[in-house]
Amino acid sequence: MEKTVALELRHLTKTFGSVTANKNVDLTVYRGEILAILGENGSGKTTLMNMISGLYYPDSGHILIGGEEVVIGSPKDAFRYKIGMVHQHFKLVDVFSAAENITLGMKDGKFNLKEAKKKISETASRYGFLLDPDKRVYQMSVSEKQTVEIVKVLYRGAEILILDEPTAVLTPQETEKLFDVLRRMRDDGKSIIIITHKLHEVLALTDRVAVLRKGEGVGTVNTAETNEAELTELMVGKKVSLNIERSEPKNCVDRLCVSHLTLTDREGRKILSDISFTARSGEILGIAGIAGSGQRELLETVAGLQKPDAGAISYLDPTTGETVNLLGKTPVQIRDLGVRLSFVPEDRLGMGLVGNMNIIDNMMLRSYRKGRSAFLNRKDPKNLAERIIESLEIVTPNAVTPVRRLSGGNVQKVLVGREIASSPTVLMVAYPVRGLDINSSYTIYNLLNRQKESGVSILFVGEDLDVLIGLCDRILVINSGRVTGIVDGRNAEKGEIGLLMTMTESRRNPAEEGREKQ
Amino acid sequence: MIINFIFSAVRLGMTLLFGSTGETITEKSGHLNLGIPGIMCVGAACGCVSEALYTGAVGQGNANRILAVLIPIVASFLGAAFLGVIYSFLTVTLRANQNVTGLALTTFGVGVANYLIKTVEIIKYSYASSFFTAGFPFAAKLGGFGKLFFSYGIMVYLAIAIALITSFVFNKTRVGLHLRAVGENPATADAAGINVTAYRYLATMIGSGIAGLGGLCYVMDNLNGNWEYVIDAMGWLSIALVIFTVWKPSLGILGSILFGALYIASNYISGTNKALLNMLPYVVTILVLITTSIRNKKEHHPPAGLGLNYYREER
Repeated sequence: MEKTVALELRHLTKTFGSVTANKNVDLTVYRGEILAILGENGSGKTTLMNMISGLYYPDSGHILIGGEEVVIGSPKDAFRYKIGMVHQHFKLVDVFSAAENITLGMKDGKFNLKEAKKKISETASRYGFLLDPDKRVYQMSVSEKQTVEIVKVLYRGAEILILDEPTAVLTPQETEKLFDVLRRMRDDGKSIIIITHKLHEVLALTDRVAVLRKGEGVGTVNTAETNEAELTELMVGKKVSLNIERSEPKNCVDRLCVSHLTLTDREGRKILSDISFTARSGEILGIAGIAGSGQRELLETVAGLQKPDAGAISYLDPTTGETVNLLGKTPVQIRDLGVRLSFVPEDRLGMGLVGNMNIIDNMMLRSYRKGRSAFLNRKDPKNLAERIIESLEIVTPNAVTPVRRLSGGNVQKVLVGREIASSPTVLMVAYPVRGLDINSSYTIYNLLNRQKESGVSILFVGEDLDVLIGLCDRILVINSGRVTGIVDGRNAEKGEIGLLMTMTESRRNPAEEGREKQ
Repeated sequence: MIINFIFSAVRLGMTLLFGSTGETITEKSGHLNLGIPGIMCVGAACGCVSEALYTGAVGQGNANRILAVLIPIVASFLGAAFLGVIYSFLTVTLRANQNVTGLALTTFGVGVANYLIKTVEIIKYSYASSFFTAGFPFAAKLGGFGKLFFSYGIMVYLAIAIALITSFVFNKTRVGLHLRAVGENPATADAAGINVTAYRYLATMIGSGIAGLGGLCYVMDNLNGNWEYVIDAMGWLSIALVIFTVWKPSLGILGSILFGALYIASNYISGTNKALLNMLPYVVTILVLITTSIRNKKEHHPPAGLGLNYYREER
């Protein structure tokens, strides 16, 4: 079949201040194909796509659509050239219904929601989506919101669809459904560009892969002629072993016992019900589940940030051998009991660090109580900050740069570095590699492994099942606030965990159940 | 007496309705404009000054009834809208903090208004008050019913009309949908191809202009053409009314009458502490805030982007 060019980029360059996000990027997209844009974090994938969708304006370079040079100065221009983007962070208005969100910004003809709803249902069913046009966005699950986003761009007649990490928030079953829909669109003659980190998805779905490294295009390959190892090499520039090291757990003793933990939120919804597990020293206990199954609340309850309704949390002190009850204690009380508990929350710049403060000040958030003087001790935190910057290779101009200005990976290193520096006996991490590139991710895995070897008990909440299976000694699977199983990380199967994540008591189709659940 | 009480409550209420409708339009675009008290003062002053200039040009006896009403209304709207432009320029173009800008505008507006009003003689504008307060001629024949529905001045009917139109625009038109989107989630609106800057500028200008009419209504209708230095108090009440009516201009019609009634209640109840009663509108606003927070229904929440400036390339 003759391939026609839908979109061509020539020498696109975009800088933000002194940072070059894209440099001389060339890219060709054909009609009726799925193209993956692959690259580490900060390699400029999203910036490149934002230039095509009109959010950013390139500093130099040309964009050609159907062979003719065009200027895309705003998202409106992009729509005119039939380009639609589904952003990683959904751009939806929460209090609007699906139909209102979809018609937002359109100016054709008379304003008629009823007509629009009919057209929306038609578009949705044509590609096999399920969508209620009257449902309000804030009542929707993540995958429903994504459906709204995709239908939105289709409704506008987009011929070129850009999806920014569409599978990051989906269950394996939802991902499969999405892929089916995308394949149907490709067969319909549309061009689909998908940004992703996940190599197996690239191989399963796409026709071609364009790889970006540090803002520059390093080549385009046909998916059929490549493999994970080659793509990784293109991406990072050097060969990275895909296997995460995992040492055998040594001297395991029970460290943290959680039993029958139950938590309801302010609206009376059950967040956690009857959760029991034991975390042991010198091992990594993974916690797997669909986003929003109660992982965050579980860690927060252990850390003393949430008050459970029932249950017990006890900590076995390694020095005295005593059992300490942590239930209902505040974080300060827990610390005063001599329990060295560290928590790396998923919301790094919200709960973990203060974005506008510099690295030293952020170190002090953990140590401001130390000392008796009325004045703060700035010397120790300064030394600590410098030590962490050096040992974790944090890329920052200096220790007094606001944390907000660092890249995602470096922010995470600052946070993890600070928590490890307080030499914890229990370390809880939630999505520590979310949004991080491969190299940064491995740095974090290695840090966790070193902590494990020194006898720390680690609770690791993760989303990538490959990582959980590769890193963790045991994996606790939770599903809507219940423990549905604990599996051994060494011989766990992805499918098995995926099923545990979506399974419920009623024997319905797990894929459908997962969709309704969240 | 009860009819007089309701009549006065509606009269004062409509002053507040101008302010709250204007502020609701502004807030729906994501702008928390705390400059409303100052804007209402400026609206009142511009109306009075333009009236005085008109009178000076044609002579008091020759004043045309329609022009004597229309000129101050237009001047009041434009003067107040200009403050809206200042607000938008500071917060949208220069990205200044909205709270600080609003409060500064209130101080500024009160001062400007007090200065402007001293440049003209009171007699040259207060005579027009009778044109403003004239109700329908047949109202007197209908007794209490006529008094309650047809004896108000033009500003009262204008306020209700504007509130109803605004409500219609919000809920039934594309412009309304876009405006709400800009206030809820400007990044989303931007990505959908809506010009966030234009919507914010225009909504703030129009909203400020409408609020300015409230100041004029207060002076010409409620005070019978007298100038009192309490117009800014009406502004604060209007902002409270926006919250009280959970950002719905149609509810604002009823809410403003209630606020008006609460505000003047002290004149009709003897032997109570006046200041204590004047507090009532704020107390009920706090009660509404408490109940809407407890019920936690998203539709009753303020626009999610309220008070936040939007800048597209922020990372």
